[in-house]
Amino acid sequence: MQLEIRPNVSSRTAPDIDPLLSLSGITKTFPGVRALSDVSLKLFPGKVTALVGENGAGKSTVVKVLTGIYQPDEGGIRIGGQPVRFPTPQSAENAGVTAIHQETVLFDELSVAENIFLGHAPRSKFGLIDKKAMVARAREILSGIGAKIDPGATLKDLGTANKHLVAIARALSIDASVVIMDEPTAALSQKEIEELYELVENLKRQDKAIMFISHKFDEIFRIADFYTVYRDGQMIGEGAIEDVNEPELVKMMVGRDVSQIYPDRDHNIGDEVLAVEGYEHPTEFANIGFTLRRGEILGFYGLVGAGRSEFMQALFGITRPSGGSVAIDGASITIRSPAEAVASGIVYVPEDRGKQGAIGTLPIFQNVTLPSLARTSRYGFLKLAEEFKLAREYTERLDLRAASLDTNVNNLSGGNQQKVVIAKWLATQPKVIILDEPTKGIDVGSKAAVHEFMAELAAQGLAVIMVSSEIPEIVGMSDRVIVMREGRIEAELDRKDITPETLVTHAAGISEAVQ
Amino acid sequence: MKQILASRELLLLTAIGLLLMLIAWRFPGFVVPSNLVVVFNDTSPLILLAIGQMIVILTRCIDLSIAANLALTGMVVSLVNIAVPSLPIIVIVLIAIGSGTVLGMLNGILVWKLAIPPIVVTLGTLTIFRGIIFLLTEGKWVNSHEMSDAFKAVPRTDIFGLPVLSWIAIAAVILFSVIMTRTTLGRAFYAAGGNPHAATYAGINVGRTQFWAFTISGAIAGLTGYLWVSRFAVAYVDVAGGFELTVVAACVIGGVSIMGGIGTVQGALLGALFLGIIANALPVVNISPFWQMAISGGAIIIAVVLNAQANRTPGRIILKRAEHAT
Repeated sequence: MQLEIRPNVSSRTAPDIDPLLSLSGITKTFPGVRALSDVSLKLFPGKVTALVGENGAGKSTVVKVLTGIYQPDEGGIRIGGQPVRFPTPQSAENAGVTAIHQETVLFDELSVAENIFLGHAPRSKFGLIDKKAMVARAREILSGIGAKIDPGATLKDLGTANKHLVAIARALSIDASVVIMDEPTAALSQKEIEELYELVENLKRQDKAIMFISHKFDEIFRIADFYTVYRDGQMIGEGAIEDVNEPELVKMMVGRDVSQIYPDRDHNIGDEVLAVEGYEHPTEFANIGFTLRRGEILGFYGLVGAGRSEFMQALFGITRPSGGSVAIDGASITIRSPAEAVASGIVYVPEDRGKQGAIGTLPIFQNVTLPSLARTSRYGFLKLAEEFKLAREYTERLDLRAASLDTNVNNLSGGNQQKVVIAKWLATQPKVIILDEPTKGIDVGSKAAVHEFMAELAAQGLAVIMVSSEIPEIVGMSDRVIVMREGRIEAELDRKDITPETLVTHAAGISEAVQ
Repeated sequence: MKQILASRELLLLTAIGLLLMLIAWRFPGFVVPSNLVVVFNDTSPLILLAIGQMIVILTRCIDLSIAANLALTGMVVSLVNIAVPSLPIIVIVLIAIGSGTVLGMLNGILVWKLAIPPIVVTLGTLTIFRGIIFLLTEGKWVNSHEMSDAFKAVPRTDIFGLPVLSWIAIAAVILFSVIMTRTTLGRAFYAAGGNPHAATYAGINVGRTQFWAFTISGAIAGLTGYLWVSRFAVAYVDVAGGFELTVVAACVIGGVSIMGGIGTVQGALLGALFLGIIANALPVVNISPFWQMAISGGAIIIAVVLNAQANRTPGRIILKRAEHAT
């Protein structure tokens, strides 16, 4: 079911102004995925439009269409009513569209002024960079946004907030009329956020059209004039922020039927296998405690940067916590390295499987046995026959189809590489398996297979921790959910309480509960 | 991949065969067995060092100090020999391996514990090692007549028609083939270089693995140091000066990926033989040493291009990652 909310541009807050930039009927497909399907977007001069949606709703894709990184398959962009095309990022910049990205794309070793003007530095008459003019212009722009930064300073010497201001100055240096801010406050402190709000007000007064992407509702209601909601690459609604409230926005973001595509499970939950108490880290997370039982799937939900992966990495021994204790089957253990975690029966399937999962230059069987080499060797000498046996057993269990176990992982398809990674961890015969974003970046069919498999693991008595940012997955798979926010456990929800609304409410830290 | 690797080594073997045929056409005397034995013996130090360097490169590091380690250890055992001429050769060999191992461990510790880039570490230790030789000798040479006869005899002693030096190279090829393919340590070298992140998650301590690679490389360099100075019966500051680059070249020609994770002992052996044959053949067929450099250089580039082609992974785009890659 889709909610249709008609734009209401004739309300009191939105006078009859024409949009400065409009997208209409934009469709963008990638092999196997329709990232955007017939979406539209309007940005008005002197107004802030908030683009709202879950992870994977298509927000980043639309930013890339707007900045010339992606070409839409269908649909058009208009600026001031005139149709335009952005075949390159340069052409988008020339048309006055600029984006401030989530992770600032700046150069640590260059000066502030060089960062601001990289690619469009003022030239002297010999075609060389006019350093004087560049520094003067940079100073002008920086003071225009109220930033007290020396244009000659080296970027790496600045703090996060000031780097962000440099990124903003860079965006403004091209004389942009449309400014896109992609989660600009994610890395800022409260005081810095306040300064950013002032800057946005300042930009509004200069009649710039601003698009603001954020997961934080307080922020959206504080500075946005309009909103647009996407879900699964589709346009769900738009309107003036005055005409909507938090629960309505949440509903538009998550509203969908989630039960049908997830495997049925009989929730056979056994004895406690893992108990974590008071885990903390000086900068990443604090006071994490929970228990996990055999056959249970425990979901970890939170916004990006809530500290879930950081905690999991500490639990797995990649990083050291500053305090806390872990017990497996009631016995207290210390985990100082991944090897010790594996030996105690905890394995971690990381999020970025390309980078952290398989070793492409090694054959399948060597990948599968890598964490289990202690079992397939004696006095440091490998027993190849046993390695093959172990690898065959677990790849067959996962129905991995490859010409031979000698095939290099680089030569496998993405789905099969994923199976190699999972086989590798199952071969260690773990008690607890941590799956970090297990279905990120894979198509719908493979997702269902992964969910099926996860249910099977739990049915076999394995305790599963599933870190996920996808609400349907969390709702559909979890027996219990821990919601993290800003490095702390915000809520622990039992099966009956897990709804998209409660998840979003706790993750975003919305004070009053949503019905 | 085994197939590709095998075929890559087969390719190199074919290239070596063609090279020999080309030389034989101009100078048949080059390919008679007795001369080939000489060529192999002459290439043996390069083979030894290339095996050590191969292991280091496998872990995404590089050991530029390998020839300086050789020179310093060679000088140390020469001085020991002068001081105590009656010391049994087995003790000399153990001192050589021990000295090389310690110097290699120094590189390894700096890379592992201080996380300094290997190229910087070994560039530094290269200079330091050569400097220490100068401090030990004030730049003086240790000449043939100062060394004991037993000291000089070892690498030349013939066993079944091959000098001991050659036998040591052959033994090293066999020993390290086993270590690289049949031990957990060998597997760790491949894993740590192939994908350090994934290796970490699999419980492999990447830094410690790199430390062991440097240690092995150092041990081999030390042993080769004794063999080198005793064979040429001379030790001085600049022994094997610049030889580290020839060693790296042998590895690259032998199909060792400079990006880490790919390489075999057999590849290093063939790469060293290729360079050894060129170095020995060109003077014989009366080609200037400048051509020798150009040919080695050309071979390196061809090898790198071939490796880059072989390592190109088939196109598979995972959407999310493609999206992030702006």
